[in-house]
Amino acid sequence: MIAKLAKLITACCLCGTSALALGEVSTFELDNGLEIVVIEDHRAPVVTHMLWYRVGAADEPAGKSGIAHFLEHLLFKGTDDLAPGEFSEIVSANGGSENAFTSFDYTGYFQRVSADRLPLMMKIESDRMQNLNLTEEEVLPERDVIIEERNSRTENNPSALFSEHRSALMYANHPYGTPVIGWMHEIENLTREDALDFYKKYYAPNNAILIVAGDVEPENVLALAQEHYGPRIPSDAITKRVRPQEPPKRAPIHTIFEDPRVGQPYVIREYLSANRKSGDQTEAAALRVFAELLGGSGVTSFLGQKLQLEQKVAINQAAWHSGMSYDRDGFGLYAVPAAGVSLQDLEEALDAALAEFLVQGVDVEHLARIKTQMKAAEIYALDNQSDVARRYGEALTSGLTVQDVQEWPALLAAVTAEDVMQAARTVLNENASVTGWFRAPQETK
Amino acid sequence: MIRIISAVCAFISLALPAVAEIDIEEVVSPGGITAWLVSEPSIPMVSIEIGFKGGSLTEPDDKLGSTYLMAGLLEEGAGDLDSVAFRQAAEALASSFSFDSSKENVLTGAQFLKENMDASIDLWKLALTQPSFDDTAFERTKAQVQSIVARRAKTPNEIAGDAFSAVAYAGHPYARTYQGTLKTIGALTQQDMRDAHRRSMTKDRMFIGVVGDITAAELGPVLDHLLGDLPETGPTMPNEITFQAEGGVTVVDFNTPQSVAVWGHQGIAQDDPDFFPAFVMNHIMGGSGFTSRLTSEVREKRGLTYGIYSYLASMDFAQYYGGSVSSSNDSIGEAIEIVKAEWARMAAEGVSAAELDAAKKYMTGNYPLRFDGNAKIAGLLRYSQMDNFPIDYPKKRNGYINAVTQEDIKRVAARLMRADDLHFVVVGKPVGLTSAN
Repeated sequence: MIAKLAKLITACCLCGTSALALGEVSTFELDNGLEIVVIEDHRAPVVTHMLWYRVGAADEPAGKSGIAHFLEHLLFKGTDDLAPGEFSEIVSANGGSENAFTSFDYTGYFQRVSADRLPLMMKIESDRMQNLNLTEEEVLPERDVIIEERNSRTENNPSALFSEHRSALMYANHPYGTPVIGWMHEIENLTREDALDFYKKYYAPNNAILIVAGDVEPENVLALAQEHYGPRIPSDAITKRVRPQEPPKRAPIHTIFEDPRVGQPYVIREYLSANRKSGDQTEAAALRVFAELLGGSGVTSFLGQKLQLEQKVAINQAAWHSGMSYDRDGFGLYAVPAAGVSLQDLEEALDAALAEFLVQGVDVEHLARIKTQMKAAEIYALDNQSDVARRYGEALTSGLTVQDVQEWPALLAAVTAEDVMQAARTVLNENASVTGWFRAPQETK
Repeated sequence: MIRIISAVCAFISLALPAVAEIDIEEVVSPGGITAWLVSEPSIPMVSIEIGFKGGSLTEPDDKLGSTYLMAGLLEEGAGDLDSVAFRQAAEALASSFSFDSSKENVLTGAQFLKENMDASIDLWKLALTQPSFDDTAFERTKAQVQSIVARRAKTPNEIAGDAFSAVAYAGHPYARTYQGTLKTIGALTQQDMRDAHRRSMTKDRMFIGVVGDITAAELGPVLDHLLGDLPETGPTMPNEITFQAEGGVTVVDFNTPQSVAVWGHQGIAQDDPDFFPAFVMNHIMGGSGFTSRLTSEVREKRGLTYGIYSYLASMDFAQYYGGSVSSSNDSIGEAIEIVKAEWARMAAEGVSAAELDAAKKYMTGNYPLRFDGNAKIAGLLRYSQMDNFPIDYPKKRNGYINAVTQEDIKRVAARLMRADDLHFVVVGKPVGLTSAN
C-alpha cells in the first residue's frame, strides 16, 4: 500500500501541465525579488491568491509590540488609488472571500475568488504593497478594534493569558516571548508613524512571496505577476533576519497561574526545541514523530496509555511539535487531571512516564502506524487548496525552500526508532523547559 | 482612484459564475437508502458524511447530555475491540472517523483511502451498530464531558449562548444545553447510553453526503452494508415553538473585561416565500466579510468591537433572527444601542440599490467557492438534505438571490425587523445595563 501511494505522489509531481495535474508546484522569481509559487488544482474554477511577507511580530522594534498585526489591519484602510474599505468592497463585489493573518515570522493576505478574477486581485494586492495612504481618522478607530481583538482573544480567555505568560518565561531574550497581538500597554500607544515606518521598511517585493493555488496555468500566473507586481520597487532595508537568541538555559522554570475564570485546571510544559532548517530538517522530523508517539493520538499514544488508561490520573493529554518557525520554538506536553488528582501528582506522573519512555524505547508497531498515517496525510492534504498554499507560505517565511517542503514527507518516513530516542534525549532537557499549572485560586482554609 | 474604479467595473460587468459547477447524483441503494453523491476521482480518497436529526431534542430532561456522551463513546470500543484496539485499527488504515452531536443532530463522518474502503466501512459499521459502552471507556469519557461542561460554565460566549436559549425557548427542549449539566451527566448510566444509541440513529431521520473516488454503483452496496442494520424509526420530535423572550435585556454577571452580547427575536422559516429577501437583507445588515452595516457602524467607524454579526437562525422547530457582539464593559451599551438603531433603520428604509447590487454580487459569486474540496462538499450535501433543499438547489440558488428586489426587502424588513422586540443577553460587567424587560 505504502509503495503504491508513494508512486502516485511522484507521478503527480512529474506530470506536465495537464488539466489533471493536482498539487503540482511551479516556482518563479521576478527581477525585483518577488518569489512566486504556483500550485495547480483544476477540480473547480477557484483560485487562492496569497501574498506573504517575511516579517512578523518577532521582527518588531522593542516597545512596539503588536505593530506587525496593527499594520496588517491598516492595509485595508486605503491607498493612493483606493478609499478606506474599498479593497474589501472590490473583493466582495467579485464574490471573493478574504482575510489576513499575522504570526511571529510572517504576515499574510489572501483572497479566494473565481479563477477569472485573479488579475484584479493581483492589481489591488500589489497596489497596497507600496501605496498605502493612511489618515489618523482611519488609524485611531482601528487601534480600538485591535484593543477589542486582544480583549476577545486574550483578556477574556485565561488560557490565552496563561500562554503568553509562559512564553514570556521561556524566551528571556528572543522576541517569541512577546505576544503576536502585542502587550496591551504597548498596543494602546501605537501610532500611524509606527505603522508606516514598519511598512516602508518591510513591505517590498524582495521581502514577499506570492502563492497562487487553484485552477491556473503557471505561465499565466507568471505573466500576470510580472504585470502587476513587476513594477514594485525592492527595499534596500531588507537584510538577513537575525533576532536576539536565547542565552544558555541553566534551570527549569515552574509557574502557577491562577484565575477565577478557570473551569478546568491542567499542567502544561514546553521544552525549547530544534526547528526545521533549510537542508537540515532531520532532527525536527524525529521530534515530530516523537510527539506523535508520545501524545499525538489520545489513548493509543504513550502518554494516553500511561496517564489515562493505566494510572487513571488524567482525562486528556497531548504532545506536539511543529518545528515550523524561523528560530527555535517549543516541544509541548499537556495533561488534564482526573477528578481528585492534584496538579503536583499529575506532573510527577508525567515525569515518570517520560522517564519510562526513555528506558523502554519506541514501540515499532506504533511507529509503523504513525508512518502510514503521515503518508496518507499527504494524499488527504491535496483536498484542501488553501491548506496546501498555506503550508508553502509558512515554510518559505520560516527560512525553508520549496525543496525542503517537498522533501519533508520522505524525511518523516525515514525517521528510525533510534532517531526518535536521540531526539527525545536531547529535547527533554528540564533546564530548557517551562512548566505551568493552570487553576482557579485555591480557597484559603 | 478613478483608474481603479473603471477597471473594477469592467470586471464585474462580466458574468459571474452563475451556478455551482458540481454534478450531484441521487443514489438509492438496493436496500432503499438514499444518498447524494459527487463522484470525484482525482484524489484516491472518499469522504462520507451522515447526519441524524433529533440530537438532544428527544432526550428526557433527566437524561440531558446522554446523546452527546453516547456519540463520544462510539469511537471508544465496539464489537470485540476496546477503545485502544478500535483506534489502532483506524490508524493502521489511516482512516479517520468523526462522531459528534449537537442540539438537533447526531453527526458522523469518515475519510479513507479508496484502497482501504472495505476495511474502513467494516470498522465504521462496528462503531455505529455495536458500540460496547464498556465500564472503563464510559467512566473515562464521562469525566471528559464533565470537564468540557465545567470549562463551558466559565466561558463568556458559552454562558451567553446557554442563557439566550434558556430565555428564548423557556419550557422547550431548545432551552436546554445539549452537553448536559454536571448533575445530569453524573447520573447517566450505561443503559442510558444504549437507550440514546437506539433512539438517535435511525433510518427515518438519516441524511447522507458522499464525495470522492467512488461511483453510484459502488456506493449502493456500501450504504446497505454500513447502515442497513440501523433501527427503522426513532422517537417523536418536539413541537414547533416561537421565540419566547420579550424585548429587553438579561445581564449575566461575570467578572471579565469584555462583555459578550447575543440578541434575537422571532425569525423566518426557510420555506417562507420571503426567506430569500430576508437572507439577502441579513447579508447587508450583518453578514460575513468587512462590508455589512453593523461592521461598518460598530467596528469600522467607532472601533467598539473586533467582530459583530447578525444571522437568520433556521432550526428544525424554531426560527429566530439574532446576532452577537463583544465589546469592553464600558462600551457594550453603546454597541447595543447601535444595533437597535440599525434594526429600526432597516425596518423603516430597507436597503439601497447599491447595497442590494453589492450583496447579490458577493452572495452569487462566493457560492461556487464553497464547493472546492471533497470533505467540504460532502458536508454541504448532508446539510442541504437536512435543510430539505431539492437536489437542484445548488444550480438554482443563485437565481433566487438574483430575483430579490428592493421592494421585497422593504416588505420583509417591515414585517421581520422589530427593534423593540429584540432581547439581548449580556455576559460580563456591562456598564449602565441591568436586566429589564
